[in-house]
Amino acid sequence: MSHEAVLHGHESHGHDDHGHHEHHDTFLTKYVFSQDHKMIAKQFLITGMVWAVLGGLMSVLFRLQLGYPDASFPWLESILGKWAKGGQITPEAYYALVTTHGTVLVFFVLTAGLSGTFANFLIPLQIGARDMASPFLNMLSYWFFFTASIVMLSSLFVETGPFSGGWTAYPPLSALHDASPGSKTGMDLWIIAMALFVVSSLLGGLNYIATILNMRTKGMSMTRLPLTIWALFFTAVLGVLSFPVLLSGMILLIFDRNFGTSFYLSDIYVNGVGALSNEGGSAILFQHLFWFLGHPEVYIILLPAMGMVSEIMSVNSRKPIFGYMAMLGSLFAIAILAFLVWAHHMFVTGLNPFLGSVFVLLTLLIAVPSAIKVFNWLTTLWRGNIRFTPGMLFAIGFVSLFISGGLTGIWLGNAALDIYLHDSYFVVAHFHIVMGVASMFGMFAGVYHWFPKMYGRYLNNSLGYIHFWITLAGAYMIFWPMHYQGLAGMPRRYFDFSIWESFKQFAELNRFISTVAMIVFAVQILFLINFFYSIFKGRKVTVLNPWESNTLEWTTPIRPGHGNWPGEIPEVHRWPYDYGKDGHDFIPQTTPVGADETETH
Amino acid sequence: MSLYLSVAIIVFIFVVIFQIAKASEYVSILKGEEASRQQNNKINGFLMVAFLVLGFIGIYVCNKAYYGKTQLAQGAASVQGEKVDEMLFVTLIITGIVFVITQVLLFWFAYKYQEDKNRKVFFFAHSTKLELIWTAIPAIALTVLVVFGLRNWFFFTGEPPKNAMVVEVTGKQFGWIFRYPGKDAVFGKKYYKNIDPATNSVGIIWDDTYSKDDILTEQTMYVVKGKPVKLILGSRDVIHDVGLTHFRLKMDAVPGIPTTMWFTPIYTTKEMREKTGNPNFAYEISCDQMCGNGHYSMKGVIEVVDQEEYDLWMAKQKPQYFTAFPEKDPSAVPVVKADSTTKVTTAKM
Repeated sequence: MSHEAVLHGHESHGHDDHGHHEHHDTFLTKYVFSQDHKMIAKQFLITGMVWAVLGGLMSVLFRLQLGYPDASFPWLESILGKWAKGGQITPEAYYALVTTHGTVLVFFVLTAGLSGTFANFLIPLQIGARDMASPFLNMLSYWFFFTASIVMLSSLFVETGPFSGGWTAYPPLSALHDASPGSKTGMDLWIIAMALFVVSSLLGGLNYIATILNMRTKGMSMTRLPLTIWALFFTAVLGVLSFPVLLSGMILLIFDRNFGTSFYLSDIYVNGVGALSNEGGSAILFQHLFWFLGHPEVYIILLPAMGMVSEIMSVNSRKPIFGYMAMLGSLFAIAILAFLVWAHHMFVTGLNPFLGSVFVLLTLLIAVPSAIKVFNWLTTLWRGNIRFTPGMLFAIGFVSLFISGGLTGIWLGNAALDIYLHDSYFVVAHFHIVMGVASMFGMFAGVYHWFPKMYGRYLNNSLGYIHFWITLAGAYMIFWPMHYQGLAGMPRRYFDFSIWESFKQFAELNRFISTVAMIVFAVQILFLINFFYSIFKGRKVTVLNPWESNTLEWTTPIRPGHGNWPGEIPEVHRWPYDYGKDGHDFIPQTTPVGADETETH
Repeated sequence: MSLYLSVAIIVFIFVVIFQIAKASEYVSILKGEEASRQQNNKINGFLMVAFLVLGFIGIYVCNKAYYGKTQLAQGAASVQGEKVDEMLFVTLIITGIVFVITQVLLFWFAYKYQEDKNRKVFFFAHSTKLELIWTAIPAIALTVLVVFGLRNWFFFTGEPPKNAMVVEVTGKQFGWIFRYPGKDAVFGKKYYKNIDPATNSVGIIWDDTYSKDDILTEQTMYVVKGKPVKLILGSRDVIHDVGLTHFRLKMDAVPGIPTTMWFTPIYTTKEMREKTGNPNFAYEISCDQMCGNGHYSMKGVIEVVDQEEYDLWMAKQKPQYFTAFPEKDPSAVPVVKADSTTKVTTAKM
């Protein structure tokens, strides 16, 4: 019971009258060191948004270089100083931007910003709990993330620059101080930030699992959970099992960097330094450790988006999600397979060909549960009654992007094709569509759908529509042509293509992509304006259940306090997807099953 | 100045959009929630189907503009590459069909089933039959692709034919070093601590008798049309990657762990220049693994020539041993007497 004492600051009561407390919250305990899962969710969301803006801005800067390799922009020098001498981004700065963009978007935005926000916000509300299993650890989880953010941010300001060896940080490049200026202090800060981030993610993940398993309200059996919760559950399991492996890889890297060990180093002669004494290490070992996290990480990013899309799609189609158990089974299959495919990132490292063939088989197997999910979403729309709320639009956009990006995964997962396409712009297009933009769409869908619950106000609809259509069209205009660049063999992480006879034919296309990228970035600013304006000035929510949804979060007051329900936690009598059943538009989970009701689920 | 102006314009546009959006919200409140929802559904439903149509037009335009600039239009330049291209088209057809069907259904359903007061939704929670169908069909399609892919994969990663020539490729920040085994067809042993950037860039052990005729070149590698070539890859510092776009292959060059790949070129560089109509055409080796700030400029070139030309080129090459130890070079002795400047140029090679 100790966590409940912490939760309320004085003696704990029985479960039933939690909501009746008068809290004596100061600004510090309510907004800063809050232990309310809803506030922590908002902290994750807003920190994630700050990083999304920074990461997005970085991509605009390096797209500027790719689109206009010969032009000079004097204002760049006034922002970046020596990193853009004469108004042109230097290669050092370019690689630092690309690396930080990747790291920040993958970990800080699409992991912490996505799971951190929605796992925190939705788990207690949708399973019917007062708060997380451990609100204190939950608060620590955010503050570890915040500290990681500060360290990562500080690495941007060291003299030798932030880490610049790509977000995957392969040694020896990341291990040798003299191989690149970014591998000096910048890399040490990068590792520290990542280690803090892993701690944050583990604290959060353990909490989510414990809460889902132990704190469901009466009647909320596991198969009555909304699919959002199932997705967040598998996400947390993936994170808890795979992040420690990354941490161990990072610790070995710290040893190689600073204490003279040779885990990853062997037979190295650095220009200007000479032969190093390290022998017997394996640079490929790091890649195994990295991708053992790195691949599950892709699903850590994707699964929450899938869960939210399933929920939002069902609510706004006014129709049950098609194949609840199949959806659940495919989530489970994806979670298992996520641990068995990491080496498909390593087909060209000299991997044993037999091992490679096993990974081909397992990788392409993922297409089966993915296909089930897509067809189930399509069937959910079929003969529904669709309301195009902005959340619903982003959910539909997610499915479109997931199809487009998922199908190119079948190309890349087949080792013989990967030998050609590996590390080309084809890969850039693939993972940005299926993981980057699609998950971002899942996140936007979630924000638009649950904003009324978060702040008791609505977002502006028209701005939401503009945001959606320009972002969807823009995302395709940016990433679709990149497949063609990839089919020309154009490698990723090139600062300039003009010296290459084989790749320089895309100069005009690169300008087009850069221009669209800037427009899409500007439209995200529009979303931010909408978001922050609506928190304070948006149209007020006046009904409990604005989307006419079945799930439990809409039975709480419009602005729920700490503890979520003022009275008893409601009891659950049915699964969350009874839409359009027996002529009823929707039947909330709290409605008891009627005597004459048809049997389903 | 122009920066401030453009920022001002952007801010202005934002303000305008924002005001319009706010106004439309007031209008929708006046109209009532029901009516404004209907209107929004109509607009977005239409946009769904418009997006689908415009999207397919966009794909067509994009394909027309850029297909010709890809490697596919030019054709593969190796036996392996032709297999890759063939496999790529099969994969494209299979995934393309799925792409069209699913995207059309998605946007069409979204348009067709937009909210209608008179429609009663179809309560359809699950159907084992349907679910089995769309588990089985992808599984079968993927089996085809896996079988196809693995046959190629084992061919590419398998042993090269016995008549293959062997070249050792070493990556360094930021360039490529090539080593030929010389007449004895065996590479001398090497050890990285022997590396001397001036005379022994890969660290050959000179005591090894096999090393005496090893030939080192930088930047350009010569191979023979129609003859399989096996590359033994390594790196001196960080991980690099030998990317051979025209041959459709690539493989990492890892310090301390040698890797291999092999291919059979089918067009000489000259033939390729005619075929592509580009007089500057070159088989470029691109580094495809992030290796530091010069990564983007780490270029090598493969000259594919016929046997005759290759032999001529090879005859001109001098074993590295004589560059490292000019006094042991039998051909250099008379040169020293005649003209000392020649020796210096030879040593630089």
